[in-house]
Formats: sequence, C-alpha cells, structure tokens
Amino acid sequence: MDFNLEHIGRAFPFLLEGIYLTLQITIFGLIFGFILGAVLGMARTRQKGIIYGTATFLIEIVRGTPIVVQALWIYFAVPMVTPIGFDRITASIIAIAINSGAYISEIVRGAVESIDKGQMEAGRSLGLTKRQTMLHIIWPQALKRMIPPLGNQFIISLKDTSLFGFIGVVELTNAGKLYVSDTYRYFDIYTMVAVMYLVMTLSLSLILRRIERRIES
Amino acid sequence: MSIIQVKNLHKYFGDLEVLKGIDCEIEESEVVCVIGPSGSGKSTFLRCLNLLEDVTKGKIVIDGHDLTDQGTDINMVRTDVGMVFQRFNLFPHKSVLENVMLAPMKVRKANKTDAETLALELLEKVGLSDKADEYPRRLSGGQMQRVAIARALAMNPHIMLFDEPTSALDPELVGEVLEVMKDLAKEGMTMVVVTHEMGFAREVGDRVLFMDEGIIMEEGSPEQLFDHPQNDRTQEFLRKIL
Repeated sequence: MDFNLEHIGRAFPFLLEGIYLTLQITIFGLIFGFILGAVLGMARTRQKGIIYGTATFLIEIVRGTPIVVQALWIYFAVPMVTPIGFDRITASIIAIAINSGAYISEIVRGAVESIDKGQMEAGRSLGLTKRQTMLHIIWPQALKRMIPPLGNQFIISLKDTSLFGFIGVVELTNAGKLYVSDTYRYFDIYTMVAVMYLVMTLSLSLILRRIERRIES
Repeated sequence: MSIIQVKNLHKYFGDLEVLKGIDCEIEESEVVCVIGPSGSGKSTFLRCLNLLEDVTKGKIVIDGHDLTDQGTDINMVRTDVGMVFQRFNLFPHKSVLENVMLAPMKVRKANKTDAETLALELLEKVGLSDKADEYPRRLSGGQMQRVAIARALAMNPHIMLFDEPTSALDPELVGEVLEVMKDLAKEGMTMVVVTHEMGFAREVGDRVLFMDEGIIMEEGSPEQLFDHPQNDRTQEFLRKIL
C-alpha cells in the first residue's frame, strides 16, 4: 500500500479534466433525459393506443440493451447508415439521455398516476382544460413525489458515464485508467477516482434532499 | 325553459348498466335533493351533469347547451356548473386563497388583483377569510368543504352540484357546511344535492328525487316524499334510515 503525494498532485489536474467531461455529459444527458422521460411518461399514462404503444416499444428497447452497446451503436453504427455523425461527447450525451429517459418515464408515469383522480376531476369541473389541470394541479404535486426516485436515477446516470471510455471519451474513469497505464500507480489513482465519484454523488444526494425538504415545508 | 333537462339518460360501466333511463327537468333556482341507497346511481347521475362521466345514451341540456353534442365546448359549460365533492378535492399544494383564485385566473384570465378580491369576498361568505393563507391540510373537514364551495363559486356558476358534501365529515362539522349551502339556496342558486342528510333535504329542498336501481323511483316535494311515500322501495328506504 503506498500513497504517493507527488503522483496524486500530478494526476489531480488530469483527473479534474475527466470530472469536467463526466459532469458535462451527466448534466446535459439528464436535462434531455428528463424532457424525454416526461414526454414518454405522459404517453404511457394513456394506457392504450398508438402513442402508448410507441412509447412502450422505445422504452423496452432502451431498457433491454446495455448502455455501452447503445453508445457504441450511436457513435459507430449510426454514421455507417445515415449522413448523421456525432462527436464522442454528443454521442455520450445522447446515450445518457435515452437511457435515463427510459427509466425516468416510468418514474414520471408512476408519480402522475399516484395523484388522486379527484384532483383532475376538481380541475376539470372548474372549467380548466386537461392540459391546464395537468400543468397547474397534477404536475406540481407529482414532481414532489418524483424527487427521491429521480435522485436515484441521477446517481446511476452519473456512474454510467464511466462506460464512455469504450468510445474514447476521457471522462473521469478513463482519465484515471490512462494515467495508470503510464505510471502503474493503481492504488492511489483508482482510490482517488473512487473518492471523486463519491464526492459528486454525495453532493447530489445532499442537494436533492435540500430541495425535497424545501418543498415539504 | 328548464335550466337542466335530462332525457332518457343511460350509463354503462362496461357491461354494468348503472343508469337505466333517467328523465328529469330542473328549473332555475330550484333545489333538488337526490336520495337513495348506495349503488343506486345517484352520484353517477350527478357526475353526468357536468360530464365527469361520459354519457352512454340519452341527452343532457344545460342552459341550452346540449352536453352530448360533440360540438359543445364542455369546458365552457363546466364554468357555469360548480361541483362540490364528497372528498373535497382541494389542491393540497396551493393555499386556501390560491385554491379559490386558480380557476378565475386560468380560465377567465382574470388579473391577480381581481381574482384575489373575489376570492377574499367568497372566503368571507363561507366564513373563512382568516384562513386565506393556510394550506388545506391544516383545516378541518368542514373548513375544507367550505373552501371547496368558495372555489366552485369563484366561477360564478348558475348551477351547483353537490356530491354527498357532508358524508366525509365528522358529525359535529356537518352543520357549518349545511349552513353555507342553505345560504346559497336562499340566494336563488340552482342546486342538485346528492345527500344522506334528510333534515337538509326536508328543510331546504324544493323537490326530492328517490333513486334506486338506476332510475328515479319516486319524486315529489319533501312533504310528499318523506311523509307520504307511495313507492314500496321508497317506504322501505325511509324506514331503514329514519
């Protein structure tokens, strides 16, 4: 067991650049993932029909394939058959977005469906349209119930970014791996990488708990 | 012309026929109480009157608007028909004042000041102006139901529907809600009230409908129906509850 402070000091700025990419992919991926999840989740509350069927189909594909395969597919396979191509970061963001979107859609659906049916009836009986009732009555209440499961998903997505080394993104894990391959400092570098993930996930948990408590009161 | 006209109303839930042909006319300013055993279809009937349940067959005309006509703007008709629910259905994430202000602002596009003035006026009317800034969970059942009434009145409806408004209340809280309803009746509001409060039906009702097995079995003035019921089922029902 050896912690070498000199190596840690030298690795730090390198790993910091990895953190920057990890956060960039996570944040943008989750923003788009939440939008996608909201749309798919609302589609899933319909119980039947083409919109419901399409949403269910998409969700099953995404949930049934590994995120690494999705990333490889988006980055390498899509440009082979379409004129569209993505850089590594964009491909990673898309992978996080569709992946988290599929899971968030179930969170959204569950939360929206958990709101008492009387709330929709009360809104409609006052002359509000279905859309207005959703926006002003159902969603604000559902959003509060989404926070704990969303927190879970955010943490999972953050950790999933560690897989994008497969398409050559130098995010935190990959940055650590590259540094180790030059220096063979397995123990101190990988410990450092793990601690850095922990700092990010714990801060995220803390922020979400704050938000939840603020809404509670 | 009657403000509410119901013709041959049928309602199925799947294969189950809940309403089996209801015919009924309600005049402006009339207070009609609907009584009957549970499962008789009285709540379903009431909920059909603002299309919270879609109608399987038949016709409902409110204020000249045919609800079963596809072309009718149901949201517009609903603004004219207030509804009060057994379980209150207040919006828990909004304060009492915001509960009352919401519909005028979103549907009528009233500005905030006007909506607030109106809401405070209505809360005063139901005796709750001191609770304007509270959240619903801090109120008693009776207070919640009075807020719900104020919320419905904020759209200035001509008709008010009450779906067992006191059934979820502790007995000592029933009176305060009935008082508010009595005041409304006195002001000439057209009211349809599904209720188990026979005292209220007798005192405030202009007409009482007895429903059983999805039809109106008997109707008449409170005196007729309570003191001289003709139908066997009415007699049996009244014997059980009185």
